[in-house]
Amino acid sequence: MTKLAQWLWGLALLGSTWAALTTGALGLELPSSCREVLWPLPAYLLVSAGCYALGTVGYRVATFHDCEDAARELQSQIQEARADLTRRGMRF
Amino acid sequence: MASEEASRSPRRSRREPEGRAPRQDKYSVLLPTYNERENLPLIVWLLVKSFSESGINYEIIIIDDGSPDGTRDVAEQLEKIYGSDKILLRPREKKLGLGTAYIHGMKHATGNYIIIMDADLSHHPKFIPEFIRKQKEGNFDIVSGTRYKGNGGVYGWDLKRKIIRDGAKPSVFFTGSPDDSFVQPVLRTKNLIVLFNSRGANFITQILLRPGASDLTGSFRLYRKEVLQKLIEKCVSKGYVFQMEMIVRARQLNYTIGEVPISFVDRVYGESKLGGNEIVSFLKGLLTLFATT
Repeated sequence: MTKLAQWLWGLALLGSTWAALTTGALGLELPSSCREVLWPLPAYLLVSAGCYALGTVGYRVATFHDCEDAARELQSQIQEARADLTRRGMRF
Repeated sequence: MASEEASRSPRRSRREPEGRAPRQDKYSVLLPTYNERENLPLIVWLLVKSFSESGINYEIIIIDDGSPDGTRDVAEQLEKIYGSDKILLRPREKKLGLGTAYIHGMKHATGNYIIIMDADLSHHPKFIPEFIRKQKEGNFDIVSGTRYKGNGGVYGWDLKRKIIRDGAKPSVFFTGSPDDSFVQPVLRTKNLIVLFNSRGANFITQILLRPGASDLTGSFRLYRKEVLQKLIEKCVSKGYVFQMEMIVRARQLNYTIGEVPISFVDRVYGESKLGGNEIVSFLKGLLTLFATT
């Protein structure tokens, strides 16, 4: 099953459950407090997911590794490499 | 054909070529190059250094796609310096693409492991012994270098200065005077946008594809030879989406993947490489993988 198919199945399942519960199609008598929460749940989840995404990406940007030591090490190795290769007959 | 054999019987296809003791591991590095006249000697020197210091049996296969800047001449000099058993030149007439470059290189590879990497100094060979260690540790089919986990990371430099100094193609470390160096890799606003895009893209990729690897677009990897052959057969995309597809297909085929944090020189770190076009093509590739795997 492709990832797309998995997502569609998952969404269909959750969506139909939600629809069934909110429209009372299953004949269940839910207390009104439950219904009040259930009805806007998809919207809440969407917004929460968006916030989570932004937060996670923002965090990862802020804590991203900028490897300065590696940069310096590379530069000195390059000098070494050019010297050694010239010694061995390399014409740059 | 060798690749067909590999798909039928991965173990049996590991025939012992001449001149190699059975059971001894040999690592073939595939280096596709295009206009890397400046960087090629440096990357080869670093590779030789890393391998020799760790006592690893290796060969470096340079696949040049008819570079007009004299890369081939430089490659020939390297072959003379290090020997044609260590440096193999397998050039092609013109720029033909990465997947075919790997196939072409693998035909001549006598190693049982293949390392793919970029020839422009964005990948540092010092990580290769770590890849090898990791591979042995977990008996992984693939080891992938990741910029996004552990102490992996990126460093870049002021592209603007490079362009003014070097002309159209910013080549890494075109040294002249001692202060011909890159500036402090300070994250300025421009870089933040690039970084945000890069992290954002990775985040979406992880959510949609759940690939089991933290860096999908990376191209610094170690593969068992037969695994790489099998994967290339199956992959249809181009460019970095090709690298993504390799990992996704690998998971489909239940290959095991290990990860090693690497530091990565992003030559175009400051540039708007992630312009509208790039973003669109990335999303297209991602959605294609999403819908077909």
